[in-house]
Amino acid sequence: MSDTLLEVRGLQKFFPITRGFFQTVVGHVRAVDGVDFILKEGETLGLVGESGCGKTTASRCILRAIDPTGGQILYRTRDGRTVDLATLPPAELLPLRAEIQMIFQDPFGSLNPRMSEPLLVNGMKNRRERADRVAELLRLVGLRPEFMHRFPHAFSGGQRQRIGIARALATNPRLVVADEPVSALDVSIQAQVLNLLLELQQRLKLTFLFVAHDLSVVRHISDRIAVMYVGQLVELAPTSEIFRQPQHPYTAALMRAVPVADPRVRTADGILSGEVPSPAAPPSGCYFHPRCRHATARCRAEAPALREVAPGHFSRCHFAGEMTF
Amino acid sequence: MTDPLLSVRDLKVSFQMDEGLVRAVDGTSFDLLPGQVLGVVGESGCGKSVTMRAILQLIDRPGRITAGEIRFRRRDSAEMTDLTRLAPRGAEMRDIRGAEIALIPQEPMAAFSPVHTVGDQIVEAILLHGHRWQEGGRKLTRTQARTITIGLFRDVGISMPEQRIDAYSWQLSGGLRQRAMIAMALSCKPSLLIADEPTTAIDVTTQAQVLALLRDLQAKYDTAIIFITHDLGVIAQMASYVVVMYLGRVMEEGPVDDIFHAPKHPYTRALLRSIPSLYGATRIALPVIAGTLPHPFNRPPGCPFHPRCPDAMPRCSAAVPSLQSVAANQLASCFLHHDIAEPA
Repeated sequence: MSDTLLEVRGLQKFFPITRGFFQTVVGHVRAVDGVDFILKEGETLGLVGESGCGKTTASRCILRAIDPTGGQILYRTRDGRTVDLATLPPAELLPLRAEIQMIFQDPFGSLNPRMSEPLLVNGMKNRRERADRVAELLRLVGLRPEFMHRFPHAFSGGQRQRIGIARALATNPRLVVADEPVSALDVSIQAQVLNLLLELQQRLKLTFLFVAHDLSVVRHISDRIAVMYVGQLVELAPTSEIFRQPQHPYTAALMRAVPVADPRVRTADGILSGEVPSPAAPPSGCYFHPRCRHATARCRAEAPALREVAPGHFSRCHFAGEMTF
Repeated sequence: MTDPLLSVRDLKVSFQMDEGLVRAVDGTSFDLLPGQVLGVVGESGCGKSVTMRAILQLIDRPGRITAGEIRFRRRDSAEMTDLTRLAPRGAEMRDIRGAEIALIPQEPMAAFSPVHTVGDQIVEAILLHGHRWQEGGRKLTRTQARTITIGLFRDVGISMPEQRIDAYSWQLSGGLRQRAMIAMALSCKPSLLIADEPTTAIDVTTQAQVLALLRDLQAKYDTAIIFITHDLGVIAQMASYVVVMYLGRVMEEGPVDDIFHAPKHPYTRALLRSIPSLYGATRIALPVIAGTLPHPFNRPPGCPFHPRCPDAMPRCSAAVPSLQSVAANQLASCFLHHDIAEPA
């Protein structure tokens, strides 16, 4: 398809487990093992899952902050070429860094509000020009340009996150990976930042990969949602579709676990028991079967593949399409 | 009308810093009935955690309770004891803390000692307040305390309790650690349990398990719980009565259904509107609360919410509205409703 910006195929990232003096590799943590999705230009894909599911590792592979173990990350550049980010040599990767940017959970640690550095690295040499651009960016995210001379500690959490967004936008990116951008913020500030992201996306035609654990937030901002469990993508569908009829029992359980902000709606039924298995020693067959109330002998023996159960709706469950979860 | 178990009146806690005085809690009042689940909700800096630490007399210097009363009904006592009058390190307060009022902290990793097994730490708490478990107040033996701990572990849903009792906190997963913390809090059968953001650091499916557990235990032991959180979903599911705090003051309080379906204070209303739900329209601008939380050194004069309030009037910056009755069981501190309460 022509409007595909990014296509991830069979992404894997293993971390070695070493032991002893010689650091012998005794096993692997399969942090990401089987992630496939397409990102269309201008859309927001929400990537959800619990801690340790590999969502952050997957997003870091896409940024090539870490090198993936296997799989392809096909990216269509601004000039129309398709490159595989997974294997691209560093010299060819460098010019693409400006196109793919990141918003962090709490930009406190990584923040210099003068912000001219990313511009300098990406080739803006004139000092005057840089100051103008910084002022423009600050206005874009709803801050006053005078703030450029302040130090990060002088800002509140919400302002800091706005600066983090401005920093990410400094290089005119096309793809922005946002890793838990609002989870460290207070409730009354969250809504402001979510609105800002939506507004900037429309204005600048940005494509977002929005990584988060809060299902209500992800639902609010995403066109489509991908759910991860123990390193694998288990379901992917348009937002309204996945909430209307989840096709994977884990997705359904995740939705039921969210406490509803209405005392008249009780969330009690179908609480998941047990815990997330370790990605170093995942269970046999379907990784979810030890916690799944629909599990059969087939689920214990045979690992399901991700398949399309309805147009645009993918699930990694043997019984997707046959059962209501 | 039952008598309250805990009654907080005009509590003020301030911290004398080099840069100035921070009034972390500035006149908070609420009551808690025996066996009630009270939800305290608010954003960072609203004073919800400081209020709870004041109840436990665990305010660190330079913090100080400067005014107000915290009256608590001790076990086997008809009179209320004002906790603010007890010496924080005195025998009576130490007897109450842990035994009658227990705390479930936000981060159980930091609350358990890493060099002792979780079982040993709970056994020690039981031995310390051990007379609760025996008629006539005889001390328990270590073996008896260990048996009680294994029973508690089973109660809070820890599988293989006989083995897990000898585990160190860092060997347990987040969910198990929080369960062990709950077992420790319950070990002395407290009449009041303070849960300070008990599920904020854990995942949503584990959170659902812990919330269900707390709900079951509350029904079983009839312990009163004060549940502190910034998550309105957790409040809606857990609490029967809700206190909404902002910058050290109670903005509104009432039964959970009234707070969520008939909020009276502009802050409560705005807060409820600004959260994305699992049912509303998506990808549209959410209604926001304008502005940011003020820095604790520059508290606004008058009503603390007035600079961000859509309904602010001139008098809101001049005077502080008191907490007054606005509906059958609901109180709010807002001048919008004072006219109704006291026509003048």
